Amino acid sequence: MLMSIEVMLNAAGLAFVIAGARWSQADGQVMFLFILAMAAAEVSVGLALVLQLYHQYGSLDVDAVSAMRG
Amino acid sequence: MLAVFYLAGAVAIVSTALMVTRLNAVHALLYLVVSLLAVAVVFFTLGAPFVAALEAIIYAGTIMVLFVFVVMLLNLGERATAVERQWLAPGMWVGPAILSAILIAEVAYILTHASGQSSVATMVGPKQVGLALFGPYVIGVELASLLLMSALIGAYHLGARQPKVEIRHDLNTAERRAAPGGDPVRAGAGRPAGTA
Repeated sequence: MLMSIEVMLNAAGLAFVIAGARWSQADGQVMFLFILAMAAAEVSVGLALVLQLYHQYGSLDVDAVSAMRG
Repeated sequence: MLAVFYLAGAVAIVSTALMVTRLNAVHALLYLVVSLLAVAVVFFTLGAPFVAALEAIIYAGTIMVLFVFVVMLLNLGERATAVERQWLAPGMWVGPAILSAILIAEVAYILTHASGQSSVATMVGPKQVGLALFGPYVIGVELASLLLMSALIGAYHLGARQPKVEIRHDLNTAERRAAPGGDPVRAGAGRPAGTA
């Protein structure tokens, strides 16, 4: 779930930093800072969604919300 | 320094693999914290100390604290203390403890022996990062501030305690809700087996 997203974002940031270190440019670290900000935003919204899911359904099963309201 | 790099990379890979295969969220969180700290050590050996510090502070500090808060928040109840005691069984924290002990030994080695030596790659310090960040990438900083602002507003809106949404009857919500005191992760398993 959300933890795996963190791992994937971290892997992308690791690739950026390694590329930046390979050519000794600061651009890779700048991109990692952007990834860090994006991960923080994504985690806050995602955890709020998880709390709402638990509040509405009493469950953490994502399949419980597979149907839309409309 | 090269051995430190490879050892930290191995620790990161092992802890991430163990994190993905854990069934319990708290155990996965422990391994994820170790993985992030290992990646921070990798960043340091790559000559990016500023990013390594940010990784340790923001990722392994702030974001993981958010995760731990939510995971612990969702497990309130009478069974909580028994469940937490089961989570902290000795076999559960030995693995993350060993991996983080390797990381601590590496950091101690760096601090004592390898100071002043040249690292694997050339050092890119915080000054260069700052110059690049507020020079050609200043529009990205503004966009990141917009993103963080919208995330703040969105998290506030979603986190506000709303009245329970009236759910349509054809969703069989009575089956999908967790039993009182039941395991919240296993709830909603009313669907046929094998379709998960």
